[in-house]
Amino acid sequence: MANEVVRLEDVWVYFDGTAILEGVNLSVESGDFLGIIGPNGGGKTTLLKVILGLIKPSKGTVSVIDGTENQNHARVGYVPQYALFDREFPISVWQVVLTARYHRGWFPPGYSKEDKEIALGALQTTGMAGFAGRQIGQLSGGQQQRVLIARALTTRPELLLLDEPTASIDPDMQAEFYQLLERLKKEMAIVMVSHDITAISIYVDKMACLNRRLVYHGSKEITPEALEATYRCPVQLIAHGDIPHRVLKEHDR
Amino acid sequence: MDALATEAIRNAVIAGLLGAVAAGVIGVYIVIRRMVSISGSVAHASLSGVGLGLIASINPLIGALILTPAAAVGMGIIVKRTRLPEDTAIGMLWATGMAVGVILAALAHDTSDLSIYLFGDILSVPSADLILMGALDVVIVLSAIRFYREFLSISFDEEFSQIVGVAAAPLYFFVLFLIALTVVTLLRVAGILLVIALLVIPAALSRRLTFSLRKMMMLACLFSALFTISGLFISLQLQLPSGAVIAILCGVTFVVFLILSRFRNRANRSVNS
Repeated sequence: MANEVVRLEDVWVYFDGTAILEGVNLSVESGDFLGIIGPNGGGKTTLLKVILGLIKPSKGTVSVIDGTENQNHARVGYVPQYALFDREFPISVWQVVLTARYHRGWFPPGYSKEDKEIALGALQTTGMAGFAGRQIGQLSGGQQQRVLIARALTTRPELLLLDEPTASIDPDMQAEFYQLLERLKKEMAIVMVSHDITAISIYVDKMACLNRRLVYHGSKEITPEALEATYRCPVQLIAHGDIPHRVLKEHDR
Repeated sequence: MDALATEAIRNAVIAGLLGAVAAGVIGVYIVIRRMVSISGSVAHASLSGVGLGLIASINPLIGALILTPAAAVGMGIIVKRTRLPEDTAIGMLWATGMAVGVILAALAHDTSDLSIYLFGDILSVPSADLILMGALDVVIVLSAIRFYREFLSISFDEEFSQIVGVAAAPLYFFVLFLIALTVVTLLRVAGILLVIALLVIPAALSRRLTFSLRKMMMLACLFSALFTISGLFISLQLQLPSGAVIAILCGVTFVVFLILSRFRNRANRSVNS
């Protein structure tokens, strides 16, 4: 039976008196591949940060639950929106990935052999092992993206959160990127947010729309009404059959 | 040369080297975390500590050691806990901290000494101050080694570092504290107004030469030592204020370096095309 990894109940977030999230309920189970779409400014990144514990909700409860019961907190891996970090920042790919193996404490040990094996494995999974010694800023946008995914995997996550992951990838790299996610979803739950409906809907198993309020769809069948409610304008829809194809909603005459 | 002058030069060389260690190590953090303005503000606020030293008739460096970290951490609290933009908070501390120092010095009827701390005078460092500078260096270097991983992680991606459990908020205050200690270490060498040159330029130079943080720190220490020592002897030769000569050396070297690297880039491009 699938375990619940994340549960949000009636979560509200306000910034300066403005509601960013309004009464969001969300449940993600292990093995889920959930896509959340919504316009820019609709609260997508905020929702991820609430799950990560970086933003405390003004109201409501957030539980991140571990299925293995020896920890009460699941490990959450995070791939931020294409980071605008300094291209000259003095850090190698290998050091970036190892930051995910941080040990707390006053006198923490160095990175163990296991830490390094996990980091190397993550780089191999994303095809970036050959770039370990390179300075991060020397890589292309797509390569940096894969390093950031490797860094997230190095936390050994049960839940992987991706924020607009396709923004920095060339269109011809996207198929490869989704193949990677196909493999990863066998080992962890994945939640991906994007404003790019076409990219997201072909691959994910479940979808939700977020524009301050979250409209959750157990399956991928999104009604035009739900999308319009999210985007407040007519949008393209994608139907799923044996062959993915696009259905355009008729324009009102 | 008489014995007094020899001792002054010996102390000046030691002070230059001790200052270079602090400047190189912490300067690199200041540059990669983009904390240059906040460091400038902390440097200026340290004048309040100098004023405290003058009015309390204690070593002004001790006064600075008390008030500079307090000002730096107070600054951090204003930046983190209020909604003021960071540069507004920086501007406030910048001027008020200095003003407190000027008033305290005036009350102590001792404004003549202020210029030593404003512009630095590497040739007038007493032996007692060298011991203090050495002790501060030890604290700075040990902290940099112990928190190397944390600082690297926070500087690269603060949010991610928090997710994996790095205590980013307390460490932000700790970095401010270390910047304050560094400023105190450099007060006698470069002075409040010129210290920022030694904090920024050696680090910025070394950044163009390596992509490893550790090597950057070592190179920055080396550059700083080069600037303080050569600045000391040039100022002796030309009878010019040492702090200003050191700052100008930093600036001129950086400009020359920029021009040279532009030539090199152009040469590379013409080879490639």
